[in-house]
This record gives sequence, C-alpha cells and structure tokens, in this order.
Amino acid sequence: MSETLSDEQVRHVGKLARIRLSDDEVAAFSRQLTDILTYVDQLGELNLDGVQPLAHALDVHNVLADDVPADSLSNELALREAPAKAEGFFLVPRVLGEDSGA
Amino acid sequence: MTDAATQSAALDVRLVVGLEIHVQLATATKMFCRCKLEFGAPPNTRVCPVCLGMPGSLPVMNRRAFELAVRTAMALDCTVARFTKWDRKSYYYPDLPKNYQISQYDLPLGSAGRLTIPSADGTKDIRVRRAHLEEDAGKLLHEGAGATSQVDLNRTGTPLLEIVTEPDLSSPQEVGDFGRELRRLVRHLGVSEANMQMGQMRLEPNINLVIRKDGAEYRTPIVECKNLNSFRHVEAAVEYEAKRQLAEWQKTGVTIETGSKSTRGWDPDRGVTFLQREKEEAHDYRYFPDPDLAPVVMDDAWLADIRATVCERPIARRARYVAELGLDAADADQIVEERANADLFEAAATALPGGKGARRLAKLLLSEGNKRANERGGLLADLPIAAGRWAEVVALLEGSKISATAAGTVIDELLTRDDAPEAIARAKGLIQTSDAADLAPLIEAVLADNPKAVADAAGPKGAKALGPLIGQVIKKSGGSANPKVVQELLKQKLGL
Repeated sequence: MSETLSDEQVRHVGKLARIRLSDDEVAAFSRQLTDILTYVDQLGELNLDGVQPLAHALDVHNVLADDVPADSLSNELALREAPAKAEGFFLVPRVLGEDSGA
Repeated sequence: MTDAATQSAALDVRLVVGLEIHVQLATATKMFCRCKLEFGAPPNTRVCPVCLGMPGSLPVMNRRAFELAVRTAMALDCTVARFTKWDRKSYYYPDLPKNYQISQYDLPLGSAGRLTIPSADGTKDIRVRRAHLEEDAGKLLHEGAGATSQVDLNRTGTPLLEIVTEPDLSSPQEVGDFGRELRRLVRHLGVSEANMQMGQMRLEPNINLVIRKDGAEYRTPIVECKNLNSFRHVEAAVEYEAKRQLAEWQKTGVTIETGSKSTRGWDPDRGVTFLQREKEEAHDYRYFPDPDLAPVVMDDAWLADIRATVCERPIARRARYVAELGLDAADADQIVEERANADLFEAAATALPGGKGARRLAKLLLSEGNKRANERGGLLADLPIAAGRWAEVVALLEGSKISATAAGTVIDELLTRDDAPEAIARAKGLIQTSDAADLAPLIEAVLADNPKAVADAAGPKGAKALGPLIGQVIKKSGGSANPKVVQELLKQKLGL
C-alpha cells in the first residue's frame, strides 16, 4: 500500500532531525523507510471496528509522585559526559536569534 | 492614485487577537522529576538524568502540578477531561535535550472554557479554547562573540499550563486586560506567582486584521509575537502589529491565503516587532503518545476535592465590593489585585460595627496602609495589624472620634504594638471633641478674642473667612476639636 517515499520527503525528514544527507543516502533511506512503512502497513489488514485507541501499552494509570524535592546531580556530574562545557554550562554550536519551538 | 483619506474612509479594519499564555505552576519540584525549582540557581545544578534526557531515565508526573492545572481549568470554566494522556512534541533544539517536549496534544485536560474580563461597558467573556500541561525548555545564552552558545537546563521540565484563547480579543487594551485578569485569577487560586519579569507568565498574542474594502473581505497573515515580559509591552506590540499589518497589506496585498504564518519578536527599545521565523507546520512536530508516562484518570471524588480548592474569582469579588460594599471601582480593583489583601479587607469589613464604613476602610487601606506596606517592601496584608484593628480605626473615623491625620498616627502606633486603637488615640490625646456643649465655651472665647476675624466673616468674604477662627478653636482645644463641627457651630453662631 505504501508508495515509495519521494526524495523530497526524505530530505524533509532529514531536515527535521538536523541530519545532512548525501544523494546516495537519500536514495538508500528512501528505500529503507519505505520498507519500514510497508511492514507497519500490515496492521491495516486487521479489522479494528469498535476498537478504542490505546493511550498506553500497559493497563496502568495515575502514576503520580509527591511534590517533594530530592537531590539533583552535582554540576560536575551533570557535565561529565558533555563534549564541550565552560563555567557550569553545556556549550553548543552558536544558535542565533530564535527561540525554541516550546 | 487614491489619496490617503479616501482610502481609509473606504476601509473597515478589525483587529483580531488570540492569546497563548504559559503560566508556571507554583510547585516545589519539576513536572517529571524531583529536581527543585529555583529561580537564579547556578547553571545546571537543578538537573538529573530525567530532565537531562539521559537514556533509560523515566519521568513520573508531579501530582501537585496536575492538580494545580485542573484547579485553573475549573476556574476558567473549562470542561475537565476525566481521561488525559501525555504526548511527545518532537523538535530538535539544544534547550530541550530529549529532542521532544512532553505536552498534551489531542486530549488537553481543559477545553471550552472562558474568562470574564472587565471592559468599558461592564464585562466581556473571552472564550478559552484549551488548557494543557507541558514542560518548559532550558535556557540558551549567547554571551560574547564566540562560536558557541551556553546551555543551562535548570528550567527544563518546569511545569507550565498553556492556556489558548479563541481569537475574541479586539484591541490592545483588551489584550492587556485579559492578561491582568488572568494574572489576578492564578494568584488568587494560588497556582502561580505569575511574575512576568521572572518568566512565570508569558503571553504570546496571535494577531491579524480583517479588512473590508469595497464589499470584499481580506485577512492578513497571522503573526505570533514573542519576548513580551510586561503587559505594557504586550499592548504596545499588538498596537504596532495592527499598524504594520495594515501598511504591509496596503503595500503588498498579501493575505492569509497567499502569505504564511510567522513569528515576530518585540524590541522594546525601538518599539517595533521583527521577523524571527516562518512557523513550522503542526505536523512537523510529529506528536505521538509518550510511552513512558501513564494516562491520568479522574474520578468524581478527586474532581470534587479539586473543585473545593477553586476560590471566588477576583472579578466576582470586585463586583461584590462595588455593588454590596459601595467601593469605587478603582479601589475595588486595587484591593483584589492580591488575594491576601482582599482577604484582609474582607475580614476587616466584616468586623465593622453595623457593617458601616467599608468604603472608608478601602480608602484607608489603600492610602495609609499601602504607604506603610511599600515602605516595608511587603504587601498590605503583611503589615502586623490585624483585620479587627483596621475595623476599629475605621469605626473611630466613622464616628468622627479621630481626624484622618490622627488615624495615621494610630496606625503607626499599631505597627509597634497591638492595642485598641481607641485606647491609643486617647493616650495620645487624639480623640476629637464633636460635642457642641463642650465646644461652645471655646468658641465664645475665640470670638471674643478675635473681633477682626469676626468682622471679616460678617463682610463680603462670609464663611470663607472662617479659617482663622476654626484654627483658633482647634488650638484652644489642644488639637482635639473636630474641625467640621467647629465650622458648623461658628456658622450658626455668626448667622452665616
């Protein structure tokens, strides 16, 4: 049922993930992503009339914690694996002039 | 070419604004981990594997954040969902290390509500489309000219209630009024401090224009405005956008159909908005249910417990103060600005003998009380004067037993010790004499000693010349004579 993903669609998905793709990679991922979608499409063969959407795989709800502070990590530990850091901050390639998507 | 006057005469321009408001909930810890929320803590010291987005960590929902959100949704007259779940909003940005924000997409905990705001002709209802919980992102700093940005993730995971209105707001003033009313509401509910400078309440207006010209209707592309950290900036940005969009449309003719939605920042120094980005389409966020978090199901008992924590809305309180207690609208506004102050006022008003003097009580609290509260850098309600004592001071004023100036002295004394205001006034010789029989001999003496002033009063100046005589009588009484009564008695005596 799935049509082959177009190069444009693959590049768009790559852009959302901030991944630069070569033309060869676009072709390879187009094939692989189409295979994945075709595989998942098998679910379309099931008769789901009257089946409610499931919000969670486990039959659990109301897993809640009390609003009581616990220890955080030390700054040293929090930054230990960071590839770049200074003055207690993580460092990332400079981001200019825009806010997050939040 | 049409001249400007003809052109504007043919135009009917209507401003349309909807708001997205983020309110930081007043919890001790974050939304999905127990890191402490603390404004101004050293960078990356309130972080843990959950809010750092480390593999294998599991979020657990903060019960209080959930309940505060539901309380707010109820106060906004929303339909509260008995079943809610959490969704991942995917986006790649260094301020949120998981690369997705936990939010609520198709099942917000509140929907279809409203907030009543004050307006020129009474009140206006602004519809609330939805209210949902989501986590905040971290902070990015771009210090200096280096090739890097600094990331502080202390704020990551802070619980936010996002409130989205319908586009029911039609002027900058109304947008500001909505913001101020919402701030009053969340403060009264105790769900947020809503300090805008600290980013605890963020307003993002979505603005466009509906323009009618020669029988046709045009809509300008929607602009979302950010970086607004005061109501004044919000109002100014909306006003600026209205003008900018009209000029832009007149120049280019671009409409909502031919243009795209964009985000603009507000530059308070230049008083202008500037383009930040063209907005990503909703489906680019690839929302899907978060498998790490269990849904929340609310039963009747839990809902009733939360509903019991919803207090009277400030706008209802204000209306009651005006209608039932005779307060000026402006005074009522100021009293309800802080719930603690309103509680103090109400307790004091209840203690007034015969319920008389609420209006005077409000004025006393807002003048003498506020002055002293400001000097001490606190709220009116923080002053060490009990509600009953305020009522007693007002009763003394109502009964003309002390002057307004003397009330100030009594209040200063009350700040140092808790005693009956009447006893304080008596001890300090501040009780006024209003009794005609007590004042008569003083008046006789003053009239006898001041024939020139009496002659002045009998002349063309009349009652206006009484001032010096009143002053003499008060002086003779040792400051205790009630000036109004003295004036009346002098008028009678001199046949004025």
